[in-house]
Amino acid sequence: MNPALANPAMNVGAAPVGTPYFFYGLAAAAVISGLLVITRRNAVHSALALIVTLLSVAGLYLMLYAPFVAGVQIIVYAGGIMVLFLFVIMLVSIDRTVKERQFNRIWPVGLLASCALLALFLSAFSKGKSWLPDRLTQLPEGSNTQQIATSLYGEMVRTVQSPKGQYVIGQYTFAFEIASLLLLVAILGAVIMTKKKI
Amino acid sequence: MLNAFMSYLHSTVTPGQAGNQLWALIYVLIIFGGVSLAVVAMNWLERKALAHFQIRLGPMRVGPHGLLQPIADALKLMLKEDIIPAEADKTVFWFAPMIGLLAAFTVYTVIPFGPSQAVSDMNIGILFMLGVSSLGVLGIVTAGWASNSHYPLIGALRSSAQMVSYEVAMGLAVVSAILMTSLNATGVGTLSMIGIVEAQQQQGVWFLFKFFPLGLIAFVIFAIAMVAETNRAPFDLAEAESELTAGFHTEYSGLRWSLFMLAEYAAMIAVSSIAVTLWLGGWMRPFPNLLSAPVWDFMFSLFPGLTFAALAAFAFIGTVRMPSHSFFRIQRIGLAGFALVLAFIALVLFAIAVAGRTSDTSVAGRFREGIDYVYWFVLKVAVFMYLFIWYRATWPRYRFDQLMKIGWKVMLPISLGVLILTAAVGVLVK
Amino acid sequence: MVPITTLHYLVVAAALFVLGTIGVLTRRNVVIVLMSIELILNAVNLNLVAFSRMWGNLHGQVFSIFIVVDAAAEAAVGLGILIAFFRNKETINVDEIDLLKW
Repeated sequence: MNPALANPAMNVGAAPVGTPYFFYGLAAAAVISGLLVITRRNAVHSALALIVTLLSVAGLYLMLYAPFVAGVQIIVYAGGIMVLFLFVIMLVSIDRTVKERQFNRIWPVGLLASCALLALFLSAFSKGKSWLPDRLTQLPEGSNTQQIATSLYGEMVRTVQSPKGQYVIGQYTFAFEIASLLLLVAILGAVIMTKKKI
Repeated sequence: MLNAFMSYLHSTVTPGQAGNQLWALIYVLIIFGGVSLAVVAMNWLERKALAHFQIRLGPMRVGPHGLLQPIADALKLMLKEDIIPAEADKTVFWFAPMIGLLAAFTVYTVIPFGPSQAVSDMNIGILFMLGVSSLGVLGIVTAGWASNSHYPLIGALRSSAQMVSYEVAMGLAVVSAILMTSLNATGVGTLSMIGIVEAQQQQGVWFLFKFFPLGLIAFVIFAIAMVAETNRAPFDLAEAESELTAGFHTEYSGLRWSLFMLAEYAAMIAVSSIAVTLWLGGWMRPFPNLLSAPVWDFMFSLFPGLTFAALAAFAFIGTVRMPSHSFFRIQRIGLAGFALVLAFIALVLFAIAVAGRTSDTSVAGRFREGIDYVYWFVLKVAVFMYLFIWYRATWPRYRFDQLMKIGWKVMLPISLGVLILTAAVGVLVK
Repeated sequence: MVPITTLHYLVVAAALFVLGTIGVLTRRNVVIVLMSIELILNAVNLNLVAFSRMWGNLHGQVFSIFIVVDAAAEAAVGLGILIAFFRNKETINVDEIDLLKW
């Protein structure tokens, strides 16, 4: 019935030490700093709260046996995008914004819509609860970085026919190349947007 | 608890892998103490070395040859008035040094002082180090903004722009070193710091000399980028006194400023450790494969004792050469005491080297091995620290646009080229 | 205690998603709106990685790496547009940025 447990090769073991404490701590940090992001008057305070959120989510990734995604999150998101945000906040911040109105005029509508969304999520969770497994299998410790790299870059497979190795394309190599094109377009776009004279 | 204590002495993995919390805590305390001691020593060495480069003497009064000067500086900073600018944002002003300090110190969790002497061997070690050291930029940006004053803001923006630019070249140089770890039989590389040094040991060559000159160019790019990353000369426009009246930490006084200084020196040691681990063979003694007979092992294991004996000899010569005036009596006694302490440490190290020379598995043997690994690692990092001071004494400062031009137009293409050539040579050699 | 299951992570991701949506719909400061969009993307990433853990394969994690790349590109371009607009009209409030040409 639980599709993840249908595989007999995955046997259920004990979770690592202190997992509930780490989870509740990191989840509380993420949600509380998420709340701080959307309620602070000062944009720099929001940015710092967002950094705390990003780092807590990186910790949650580590708990989910995704060390590479956690590393990418810290380097790219917390160390790159947030620096960009802080730069722009410092460039465009004018003193009168701190004293103005923070929420727009139709904020009850927005709040109502988000509560409806939350109700939708909660009903989906309660209806679909039986579909999710009630305990997670214990994965072996170790990094899946090599497998992620293989699926992104491809690998050289040595077979009997081609002892020097034959290049086998990875499952996501095409998407990887398109992502690099996307970054190039974004760099060009950002540079052209901010030039004073095109 | 005694069980946990003894079990680590016989293990071949780090305390983090073995789940040994006692030894992980001991390592964390040793790291805190060691880094603080290293920062104090660096402070003294910087002032004395800069002075001797400029043909003057530096601090001579506070202790014998100024040895107690850093302690006097620390006391002064702690007792200074804590000034917060009037319109500054108090929370962020308070937080900014913490962010820099956290980023600088968290990196030490994965620095490998030996094959099992690290707090924990994460299998994404180098990724973690690069990521956490890029969080230091946030500390600088928030410090500059929170001071609510022009010079700190401009200094912070310049400094963080410089750090972010040189992080790219740093990352690419690191990638080309990681590439070299995968040139083994199975073709599987590793991101873990201990794995990188073991790959160098297995391939029998420091990555500095591998595929000469590609490893050397990658190392030079990393060495330049790490100087720019830590805002040291010749890339210290953002905090130089003649340019921006101390840049982003202008408005910080007393203990808060010393936190920034601590974070800067700790970051210097951390990036030097990355360079040593990736290119200079980490904890390996010179020629581990070429000269691997036990007699060579024994001779190289005498080096820690010899270093401290040499330092004790220098201190003793300083004692003898001090003028025999009554004003210098206390300094002479102090220096003689210091020489005695160093000689005692040298004797202890000689005893451990002699006692553990026969076997690798006895307690003395394990201690000898551990001390040797830590010694060679710290020696290589100390060479880098001296290089940092040498650069500061010798080279003039770069202008900001020259700095950014070098970062983007020179270092980035060269590091990309080195990466591509390393990959090509690696494939062809197989 | 109840063992931590996938549902716990999904609840956290839903909470972050709803917080991000509130931020997008109610705040006036454009930079904070963009930061709320980053919150939404993080919630989606957490969801993906949680399901990747449940199934035991890597598709969720690789997808989340692509989403991080996408978020970086979008943040850069969005902030570029904001700076270009700020040069013209000296405001960063969403309800004052309401004319295509003036």
